[in-house]
Amino acid sequence: MSMLELRKVTAGYGHFTALWDVDLTVAPGEAVAVVGPNGAGKTTLMRVISGLIAPRAGDLVFEGATLAGRPAHEIVAHGIAHVPEGRRLFPALTVADNLKMGAYLPAARARYAESLERVFTLFPVLAERRSQRAGSMSGGEQQMLALGRALMSRPKIILLDEPSMGLAPVMVLRLFDLIRRVREEGYTILVVEQNVRQVLKLVDRAYLLEVGRIKLEGRASDLAEHDFIRKAYVGL
Amino acid sequence: MIDPIFIAEAAVNGILLGGILALLALGLNLIFGVIDIVWIAYVDLVMLCMYAMYFLVQVYGWPVWAAGLVSLLLGALLGIGVHLLIITPILGSPPVNQLLATGGLLFFIQSFATFLWTTDHKTVRLSLPSYEVAGIFLPAGRIIPFAISIVAMVALYLFLTRTYMGTAIRAVSQDRDAMRLMGANPQRVYIVTSAVGGLMAGLAGALLIFQYSVHPFFGGQFGPLTFMICVLGGLGNMVGAFVASFIMSEIISVSGVLWSTEMGYVIAFVVFIVMIFARPGGIMAKRQ
Repeated sequence: MSMLELRKVTAGYGHFTALWDVDLTVAPGEAVAVVGPNGAGKTTLMRVISGLIAPRAGDLVFEGATLAGRPAHEIVAHGIAHVPEGRRLFPALTVADNLKMGAYLPAARARYAESLERVFTLFPVLAERRSQRAGSMSGGEQQMLALGRALMSRPKIILLDEPSMGLAPVMVLRLFDLIRRVREEGYTILVVEQNVRQVLKLVDRAYLLEVGRIKLEGRASDLAEHDFIRKAYVGL
Repeated sequence: MIDPIFIAEAAVNGILLGGILALLALGLNLIFGVIDIVWIAYVDLVMLCMYAMYFLVQVYGWPVWAAGLVSLLLGALLGIGVHLLIITPILGSPPVNQLLATGGLLFFIQSFATFLWTTDHKTVRLSLPSYEVAGIFLPAGRIIPFAISIVAMVALYLFLTRTYMGTAIRAVSQDRDAMRLMGANPQRVYIVTSAVGGLMAGLAGALLIFQYSVHPFFGGQFGPLTFMICVLGGLGNMVGAFVASFIMSEIISVSGVLWSTEMGYVIAFVVFIVMIFARPGGIMAKRQ
């Protein structure tokens, strides 16, 4: 039984089609990666799932409910949290206010204090910086805040779009450790990454997306050994 | 030589006027900062609320507080109405169309008010006491509106910083799509913003009617000034608009005593033009 399922999803912007007939499933508790080069449609895929753009064709099913074409603010309420590319924090708001906005939905609001404690346990630096403006923090701290803000909505699945983007190599390793810890807390994760070697160590399964189509799919350990992936993306 | 006591009195009057100007500027600036559209007809909504006050208090004899509540409610409803009927359809269109639409609304409201109520100036007069402190003449009719304005602005500040909706209003102004991902419906946030902006207009109308007479072209008296204050403070910058209100009201009030009221406005506009060249981002903007 899958938690999230995309069936033959086609989507794009204006006359441009970025995704063609994409099939993808994520089971509860699973961590799944979508890898691929720049412009493959990875971000579009995430935006379709969270409702920022509507698919042109195909279906999006989450826990048995069809969500295709629903607006983003309704999809979050089903338990899908999207950490967008570039983090998209509210730079002029404090860390605490950013986290508060993560718990904007009534159900999340009711458990705000409890969620905040969990996020602060996971990312102690956010507790130290709670009254600082989000925009004034380092890239790594901002990515932690983006993750923490997503957790505040009490999601069932977290969509991570290029979490390592713009981070120093040492910070990338730390971030992947943190994502691993989030995973151990029982969250289901769908992650899009260009840092293929790192992300394949983190997830159970992965998809290779190229020019808007799924080219390969399999267990992360198998894909890491796959000749095509090794040559093209891992650089070995 | 002008007696210094007159200048001191003008300075005090400037502060009292600044309170109401700040109320107008914050309402307009809140809407601009969040929805990114300048409501050219903002002060004309104030004018409609002043007419409501005139009819309720002067013609039908309602108590001032009850009429004031109606004015607040009317302002909020007008704000929501403007957003739904005029702003929503043009949200994605070029800025010039947005200016034309809200500018068109201004002419519509002015003409409609002329049609309904003629161009006669209508006045509501309350007999309130005046106090003399250290030789300065302080009318209660100006102190009470000032105090109410300050309370309203503190309430606005608390709303924007302490509540989920207020924080969401600030968040939407920074990143609309990210706020959708938090589960907020941007249209709902815009409607609340417009209602709060309208509420400020309703309150300003309820306070201004006791100091100024209302007529269909009242907007021309305060509209440009309010817009100027917002630009001077930095469009969308609430603290800047607050400070700029008092700078402008002091210039107008003090030079009004030194020379004439007309000269006061001339000097205010000259200061504005100079400041726009010196600090195009507004007085509170960081230097490049």
